[in-house]
Amino acid sequence: AEPAEDGYAGEQDGGCRLYPGHIPTSPLQKALLAAGSALVALYDPYRHDMVAVLGETTGCLVLPNLRDKMKNDPEGSRVLQERPRIRLSTLDVEGLRRLPDGTLGREYLRFLEDNKVSPDTRMPAKFVDDEELAYVIQRYREVHDLMHTMLGMPTNMLGEVVVKWFEAIQTGLPMCVLGAAFGPVRLNARKLQVLATELIPWAIRSGRNANCILNIYYEQRWEQTVASLREEMSIFPPPAVRV
Amino acid sequence: VYQVFENVAQKYDIMNDSMSLGIHRLWKDVLLHKMNPSPGTLLLDVAGGTGDIAFRFINYVNSVRERQLRRKLKNHQNLSWQEIADSYQEEAVKPFGDSQVVVCDINKEMLKVGRQKAQRLGYSEGLSWVVGNAEELPFGDEKFDVYTIAFGIRNVTHIDLALQEAYRVLKPGGRFLCLEFSQVNNPLLSRLYDLYSFQIIPVLGEVIAGDWKSYQYLVESIRRFPPQEEFKAMIEDAGFLKVDYQNLTSGIVAIHSGFKL
Repeated sequence: AEPAEDGYAGEQDGGCRLYPGHIPTSPLQKALLAAGSALVALYDPYRHDMVAVLGETTGCLVLPNLRDKMKNDPEGSRVLQERPRIRLSTLDVEGLRRLPDGTLGREYLRFLEDNKVSPDTRMPAKFVDDEELAYVIQRYREVHDLMHTMLGMPTNMLGEVVVKWFEAIQTGLPMCVLGAAFGPVRLNARKLQVLATELIPWAIRSGRNANCILNIYYEQRWEQTVASLREEMSIFPPPAVRV
Repeated sequence: VYQVFENVAQKYDIMNDSMSLGIHRLWKDVLLHKMNPSPGTLLLDVAGGTGDIAFRFINYVNSVRERQLRRKLKNHQNLSWQEIADSYQEEAVKPFGDSQVVVCDINKEMLKVGRQKAQRLGYSEGLSWVVGNAEELPFGDEKFDVYTIAFGIRNVTHIDLALQEAYRVLKPGGRFLCLEFSQVNNPLLSRLYDLYSFQIIPVLGEVIAGDWKSYQYLVESIRRFPPQEEFKAMIEDAGFLKVDYQNLTSGIVAIHSGFKL
C-alpha cells in the first residue's frame, strides 16, 4: 500500500481518527508520551510541542470538568457550540490596531507584537480522544495568550510562571500545575523573591476569585477595556512590579 | 516519502540510535566486514543520506591500506637506497584517491546533513555527494565495483526498477549488497518486536523529533517489505547470481548479497 499524502498510511492501532490531526493512542503510549514529554519539556522549555503533548496526555481527567463548566455557563456554552478559533487569518488586525489603547483588542495586538508571537503557532490537539475535549484544550491554548494580556505578564520565564500559577488554580490541568511547580527552577534569586512575595499570592487569589476563563467569548469583546473585563471576571489588578 | 525524510533529516542519526539502542551501528559494521573492500574499490552507496556506510567504507579501506603499508615496510627493511627512492615515486602516484565513494540520495536535506557530518568528522577525500533516484540513477553503465543500499530500498516505490538500475551501474564482477529490515523468524521475539515497533517507536519519534507520523510510517513500511526469500527472488530476477542473505538479530535485519557475473 502506498502512503497517503500526509506521509502516513494504514489503520491506526487503537481506534479511528475523530478529528483532523487526531492520533489515536493506547494507554501505554499515552503514559510513555506523558513521561517523555515531561522530561523533554523540563530539559528544554522551548520545546512548546512537548508542553502541548504533556497537556494532552495528562489532561484527560480534568478536561471533562472544564467542558462541563463551559456547558453550564451561557457565554461558555456559546463558545462551545460556535467553536471560535483565534487565528491571524480571522483576526481583523488593522481593525484591532485602530482600537483605543486599553481595550482588549488593542492590548492583545500589542502583546503579540511586543513579544513577537502569533496565535498561529499554537499546536493543534493530537492525542485527546474526544472531539469536543480536543476543542476545549485548543481553546485553552488560544486563551493563554489573552491571559498574558489580562494579567499584564510578558512571555519571559517569570511572566510565564505567573500565568501558569493562575491557570493551574483556574483549570486544574496537570500540565499547568507541573509548569507552575517546576518553572521557577530556572529563575534567579531576585526574580524568585518577587515571585514568591508578590506575584504568586496575587495569582492564587485572582485565580480562585475569578470566573472560569474559558467562559468568555473574547472575540466579541475586543472593544471592551482590559480593566473593565478584569473587573467583570473578578481578576484582581496586577501588583506594580517589573516582570 | 520525500516529505517524511525532509522532516526527518536533521534528527535522523539521533533517532536511529534511540530506536535501535545503538545496534544499527553494529549492523552497518557487519555489512562492511561482509563487503571486505580492498583499496581501489569504487563504491556507490544509494539512499546513503547521512553517510554512515560511506564513512565506514573509508575507515575500512584506510585501515586495510595502512596494514598493507606496514607489511610492505617490514618486508623492505633491507632495501638498497635506489629501491627506496623508487618506492617514493610509486606512492606519489597513488594517493588515497583511488578508492572512492559516491553517496547518492533522492533527498537534498539528507545529503546536506551527510556533507556537514563529513566535514565535522574530517573526511575530505574520496567522497562525492549526488542527488539521484534509485529507480533512475544518474550514472553510466558498469561504473562501480560495489553497490550498497542500507535501509533505503524499502522506501523505493518500484523495488524491481531499483534492482535493475543496480545491475546496470555495476561492473561485471561487481557486488550488490542490501542491508534492510526483514522478517523476524522467532515467534516470541516477533511479538516483542511488534510491540516495541508500534507502541514505542512513534512515541520516540514524537518526543525526540516532534514527528509521530513519519515514524509511524517507518514502522509500517518495515512490515510491508517482502520477507527474505521473496526479496532474494527479486534480486535474482534482476540478473544477479549467487544471491544469498544473512539474518542479523534473528531476522530483524538481513543482508542480501548478489553478484553481476
